[in-house]
Amino acid sequence: MEPAEAFDGRRRAFRGGVAAAFRMPVWVVSASMMGFGSLARDSGVSFGVAVVSTATIWGLPGQIAFVEMFAVGAPVLAIVVASSMANMRFLPMSISMLPLFRADKAAWRWRYLFAAMMSVNTWAMTLRFAPGMPEQHRAPYFTGLSTTCMIVGVLSTGLGYYLAGTFPFYITVSLIFLNIMYFTFLFASVRQRNCLLALMIGAALGPLFHLISPEWGLPFCGVIAGTAAFFIDQRLGDGHG
Amino acid sequence: MDSGVIWGKWELWGLLGLVSFATYVWRATGATIAVRIVPDGAMFQWFSCLAYGMLAGLISRIILLPVGILAETPLVDRLVALAAGFLVFAAFKRNMLPSMISAVGVFGVLAALRDFGVL
Repeated sequence: MEPAEAFDGRRRAFRGGVAAAFRMPVWVVSASMMGFGSLARDSGVSFGVAVVSTATIWGLPGQIAFVEMFAVGAPVLAIVVASSMANMRFLPMSISMLPLFRADKAAWRWRYLFAAMMSVNTWAMTLRFAPGMPEQHRAPYFTGLSTTCMIVGVLSTGLGYYLAGTFPFYITVSLIFLNIMYFTFLFASVRQRNCLLALMIGAALGPLFHLISPEWGLPFCGVIAGTAAFFIDQRLGDGHG
Repeated sequence: MDSGVIWGKWELWGLLGLVSFATYVWRATGATIAVRIVPDGAMFQWFSCLAYGMLAGLISRIILLPVGILAETPLVDRLVALAAGFLVFAAFKRNMLPSMISAVGVFGVLAALRDFGVL
């Protein structure tokens, strides 16, 4: 492929990512981060910390754990461990997304940055659409998608913080619930059989394991549900389309 | 907003730094391991399954056993909203937008009714 043509393709892929973000993810990110901003203000976290946390933590369950535990005066170590565990999903997520960019030598060097830009949203969309794209278009698509989501997320956190006093309880709680429902139905639309099995087993085990161990329940749930789904799918063989 | 509200105490920035670092460690470890993973190979599939299993566990735990702000809403509201969403999901050929809107709409109305003291 000619350099000029490749460059043009990459730019189009980047714009495609931006456009994909505006189709739905951005609105959900915006609503959820407004909910988070409002929650952060109620928790006594400063404006700067709330806004910066969206960019540097970039994972709502960890951010919520951070501000809520801060509000009740939990010890530093407990806050760090709880938010980190709530965000542990990023480990298998980056392992399963980044290899999609490896054939693209220019993009591969940026993988540590891509890992920081990744959210559940952008991960799920990239996993779904990137394998069908030419390899050199995947990273630009992801970059367009994730930068758009992050910029909107940061701005919405600020807006939510600013508007906090004006939100009644039912609005703030509904914005947080919106995020959960978005992921529920985003995952319910997954078509790959092994992933769907992992989702169903994980949904059943998650609360049970949490009751046994709030700190370690989630990683164990992921390993057991994921491994069981992987082997059940192999056992079932090629019945899926 | 005065500057105290905007910037806050330095201890809080230190805490944010620690929490952000502790989150990035997972992402960076993933990026390091990803070097050895072939796309579409068995390991790639297995790690996707782990990610989905963990995410589903996290979401179902947040719906059933929330902590913090969602814990202030009754379980039945969250379940009724979820059921409404899945009904629409089944009725609208697995279209996620109407499903999500119905679930959140039902939840919001229930939460508002409780806020106003109707329920």
